[in-house]
Amino acid sequence: MRNLKTFIEDFGWPRIIIFFFLIFLFIMAPFVRVRLDASISDVLNRFGQNAIMVLAMVPMIQSGCGLNFGLALGIVSGLLGATLSLQFQLHGILGFLGAIALAAPFALVLGWFYAKLLNKVKGEEMTIAMYVGFSFIMFMCIMWLILPYNNPTMVWGYAGKGLRTTITVEGYWLKILNNFLAIRIGQFFVFPTGLLLFVGLFAFLMWLFLRSKTGTAMTAVGSNPDFARASGVDVDKMRTISIIISTFLGAVGIIVYEQSFGFIQLYTAPSPMVFPAVAAILIGGASINKASMVNVLVGTILFQGLLTMTPSVINSLLQTDMSEVIRIIVSNGMILYALTRKIKVSK
Amino acid sequence: MSAQKKFVKFFSQYAVVIIFVMITVAAIPPSGLSIKYILQEIITRLGRNSFLVLALLLPIYAGMGLNFGMTLGAMAGQVGLIFAVNFGISNWHGLLFALLVGLPISVFLGWICGLVMNRAKGREMVTGYILAFFINGIYQFFVMYMLGSVIPMGNRAIVLSRGYGIRNTLNLESVRQSLDNILVLRVGGYAVPVVTFIIIALLCIFIVWFKKTKLGQDMRAVGQDMVVAEAAGIPVEKTRIIAIIISTVLACAGQIIFLQNMGNLATYNAHDQTGFFAVAAILVGGASVTHASIANVFIGVTLLHSMFVVSPLAGQKLFGSAMIGEYFRQFIGYGVIALSLVLYAWRTRKAAADARLGLRGGTNGSTKVSAVKNGANGAAGNGGQA
Amino acid sequence: MANGSPLLSIQHVSKDFYGNVVLHDVSFDLREGEILGLVGENGAGKTTLMRILFGMPVIAETGGFQGSVIIGGSEVHFSSPFDALDAGLGMVHQEFSLIPGFTTTENIVLNRESMRPSILNDVFGDRMSILLRDKMRERAEKAIGKLGIELDPDMLVSEMPVGHKQFTEIAREIDREQTRILILDEPTAVLTESEAEVLLQTLKRLASEGIAIIFISHRLQEVLAIANRIVVLRDGHVVKDTPNEHVSMRDIASWMVGRSLGETGARSEGRKFSDIALKVHHLWVDMPGETVRDVSFDVHKGEIFGIGGLAGQGKLGIPNGIMGLFPAGGEVILEGNTVPLNAPAKALAMGMGFVSEDRRGVGLLLDESLEWNIAFTAMQVHRQYLKKVLGGLFSQRDERAMEDLCKEYVSLLDIKCTSTKQKAKELSGGNQQKICLAKAFAIKPSLLFVSEPTRGIDVGAKKLVLDTLHHYNRDFGTTIVMVSSELEELRSICDRIAIVDEGRIAGILPPTADISEFGLLMSGAAMEAVNA
Repeated sequence: MRNLKTFIEDFGWPRIIIFFFLIFLFIMAPFVRVRLDASISDVLNRFGQNAIMVLAMVPMIQSGCGLNFGLALGIVSGLLGATLSLQFQLHGILGFLGAIALAAPFALVLGWFYAKLLNKVKGEEMTIAMYVGFSFIMFMCIMWLILPYNNPTMVWGYAGKGLRTTITVEGYWLKILNNFLAIRIGQFFVFPTGLLLFVGLFAFLMWLFLRSKTGTAMTAVGSNPDFARASGVDVDKMRTISIIISTFLGAVGIIVYEQSFGFIQLYTAPSPMVFPAVAAILIGGASINKASMVNVLVGTILFQGLLTMTPSVINSLLQTDMSEVIRIIVSNGMILYALTRKIKVSK
Repeated sequence: MSAQKKFVKFFSQYAVVIIFVMITVAAIPPSGLSIKYILQEIITRLGRNSFLVLALLLPIYAGMGLNFGMTLGAMAGQVGLIFAVNFGISNWHGLLFALLVGLPISVFLGWICGLVMNRAKGREMVTGYILAFFINGIYQFFVMYMLGSVIPMGNRAIVLSRGYGIRNTLNLESVRQSLDNILVLRVGGYAVPVVTFIIIALLCIFIVWFKKTKLGQDMRAVGQDMVVAEAAGIPVEKTRIIAIIISTVLACAGQIIFLQNMGNLATYNAHDQTGFFAVAAILVGGASVTHASIANVFIGVTLLHSMFVVSPLAGQKLFGSAMIGEYFRQFIGYGVIALSLVLYAWRTRKAAADARLGLRGGTNGSTKVSAVKNGANGAAGNGGQA
Repeated sequence: MANGSPLLSIQHVSKDFYGNVVLHDVSFDLREGEILGLVGENGAGKTTLMRILFGMPVIAETGGFQGSVIIGGSEVHFSSPFDALDAGLGMVHQEFSLIPGFTTTENIVLNRESMRPSILNDVFGDRMSILLRDKMRERAEKAIGKLGIELDPDMLVSEMPVGHKQFTEIAREIDREQTRILILDEPTAVLTESEAEVLLQTLKRLASEGIAIIFISHRLQEVLAIANRIVVLRDGHVVKDTPNEHVSMRDIASWMVGRSLGETGARSEGRKFSDIALKVHHLWVDMPGETVRDVSFDVHKGEIFGIGGLAGQGKLGIPNGIMGLFPAGGEVILEGNTVPLNAPAKALAMGMGFVSEDRRGVGLLLDESLEWNIAFTAMQVHRQYLKKVLGGLFSQRDERAMEDLCKEYVSLLDIKCTSTKQKAKELSGGNQQKICLAKAFAIKPSLLFVSEPTRGIDVGAKKLVLDTLHHYNRDFGTTIVMVSSELEELRSICDRIAIVDEGRIAGILPPTADISEFGLLMSGAAMEAVNA
């Protein structure tokens, strides 16, 4: 009994409520004529689309930098990679990998500067990261307009310059991962093997990294920076590494998202991508200074499950679309809960 | 202090203001706008926005930083306006009614906000920001689903065709500029909404007066050092909650003033940018996370909005795209907030380092937490975090 | 000066924290206009006594106390420090509790401002009253006048010299009409010599106006200079309560540190050492609260070198500075090689280990397993407990090796835990300390700093910790530098003991030296007294 109680306390009521709510939605689905197989397929797909961006939260949480509200920097790097890949007319798997390769230098450089900044403002990382992210998005809005892209599928037809707000990747690398070894069962169910394998690969690499000497040092920095320093670890360097990795994963994450979603969304589109990633890892059981692969997995499934199931099930139940409101309340409520929770570092 | 050092200090303190003036002045000629037009716009916008920006002052005094949670008050004001339109109360009576409806809601939301922020000391800003999003969800739920279904709406014109929920855009024709137009003074071709400015002036007087009260003094004490204030017997948490409640209530009134001038209400996102614009304005005016004055408010609104007026047209002329100017002004707005926060964090760290340096001189007991004091602040003592 | 019935009377006060007796039958009186010098080592019970006097909640939470406190003839029971203030007790803290951006005046009258009601009082309560700044200033000037010093009522605290801050604090207590008893806890610690002189004059002046003062200080010459009576606390007992007549500094020092016979187990075997392991030359360390100014000493190879002194004098700064944890300067030479300062990784790599006094803050990863705690430093410094994967392409934590290491130390040091996977925060203080030691031993240091190794742990664990250090020193030849506030502990294990006072080494003594010699060195007395 006591075990159950401490488990609930550790896990937190909001997560349990969300979990049971999701179960409830799945149970209700057949009654309102929502196909379960289609729903599950949808959840799997959206899990794959978003998981890497959620994974990007892990290194910074582990190194004590908190929630990466500045993920937008990584996302924008990914957008640069994706648009450049189209600009260079890279198709198929080459185009997809090319996008990642082209995004990498941007992610590394931006991540490095971002880390320099965050190391100077320890303790205020989250608010500052948020606004640095926003202003960078706005800066890039101007850039999208004036950078000399000229692939006709990407630029506005009438002006001949300036990138469109949404650019299709059809004919380039649309669903390149989703369709790889995809298993189709019946009319409604598709198992996106390639997508999930790719996500699994990154999660595995992250797992390996966290078990290396550097990864161990990074975790110790997040757990107790003074301890790490006294053990000869360069705290700022570890934070820098974690921030660069996080930014790079943000870039990869958005490219994976785009190949599945089908479109590159530019301009202000990156800003609403950040909060769901933050909310997902928190729903998965992470706190603002501890996160694991399990948190990523559980959180992304729960959160994306909720986003998939509420529109279909709740809408059929209540004859109204409340999914947006539920999304806002759940994701922000979760972040709020994490921020106001007494940090469980016993000192 | 040498002259050069003074200059550097002056520049670092007013860097944001100086950069802003330069950008705006440089953008005026290419925008092709007449000075007269710009001035009239600034007068209008001062009346429209100043009250909202003034709502930020008290939390800064109380050491809670920039109150991104002010959006809560804005939402309360919007609920008030929706009801005023619903009951068809027009003119300034409608505004008064909206305020009466919004008041209890904003007090309640402010109280919640204060409680939440007391649980997140040192992270007030990011917490307020997220709280605003969270309450936004509840606001959407209330306005989109409760109004017209659970709470009957007499005026069907404002209800969505499906039978409940408020329309996306609410026409505020009945109360449009009813405050501004009570008395409009025309000086040299400029129209000045006198009553609006009188109300803003009254608020300024209230703030000046408030700083002279015991509560105002306590707020300053709490803002500077919570531990010492607590030890002196000042109810720290309560004082912080009061600061946020007042700020939320003022934001509620401010949003009503803002919307009566605009003349229509984007029901579901009018409040999205309220906090952003207000915070950007006060920072542009030279305020920081810990210091702000009434002058910062007016300088800030003037500067920020003159740039907002000229930048789209300047962008159009210079780059052939109005969107560039539009993005540019948002970039500047966010950039200013980011820069101010960075400068603030930087300075705090530097001040801490300087303080340590100062102690190098004497044998000091600064970390010897003296027993008696430590006990008195039991509550404050365990806020420690690496 | 001292006459009439006592203003404050402490009668038979005893206090224990969960069986650990901190105060035992303490009684003394304080009369109007009297200055009472209260002296004692760290841990003698001064702090607890003050907590009881002020009705700190922590006392009630830990089971209250026995005996009684009588003020002005009637027994008092304070439930919070604010009751104590109302009853006329005033306290000036070691650290300043002033609002930096407020003026002298605003701080003196903090939360007791003069005000008049405003129209909003009826609606929103008293806090809407208007402050009367003129009146506040008047009161501040009056309080400052009483002190007989110059202090600008309009100066901001953040711009004041430290001395003025101290006076502002005293003025704040004086401004309280009812203050009859003033308690000062190490008030001269942060002051320059001339400021301290002015302060002492001020206290005498206040006493002549009838205020009773309890003056707590480790600077015995100051106590001798102003106290009417001296009370010495040692291990929770009042060992001396004497008028300040024909008392010498040496007397007080020996009362302070003197131990009952038999307990003094100075273990020194008069070992002789020749090689020098560590040479420290003009070291300064900027560690808040433990500033080291100018320290030079040598440690011999194979020796256990003790560093003692009162809290706040800088003894803790020495190992922290050498290990690179706080900004430091000067010269440190380990076996002929210069140790780069401000670089913890290099200090560790050169073969020095450190057990921090801040066990929970610096010593442990509280939220991680014991395996992590013990193996982490060795992993980072010596790349141990890693295994190569894919032919050395990259390496991974060797969990198996970490577990073996942890198990080895668990049995060696008798660490009580349910498993090596247990989190460090779940262990008791003594076992946590053993983990810290294991962590340091795991990097196989040639020279080990241990800082306050027995602080806050029970007697059994204390003995085991000391025995372990002894064992490592004798059997593996590890040179140990041990920093401790507990003189007896140092004397029981060390070959030589340096006493630090005000950031400098006051002297180095053999453990067999007379106890009063140690006491004198700690009390900031004659530097020239002894030099071993």
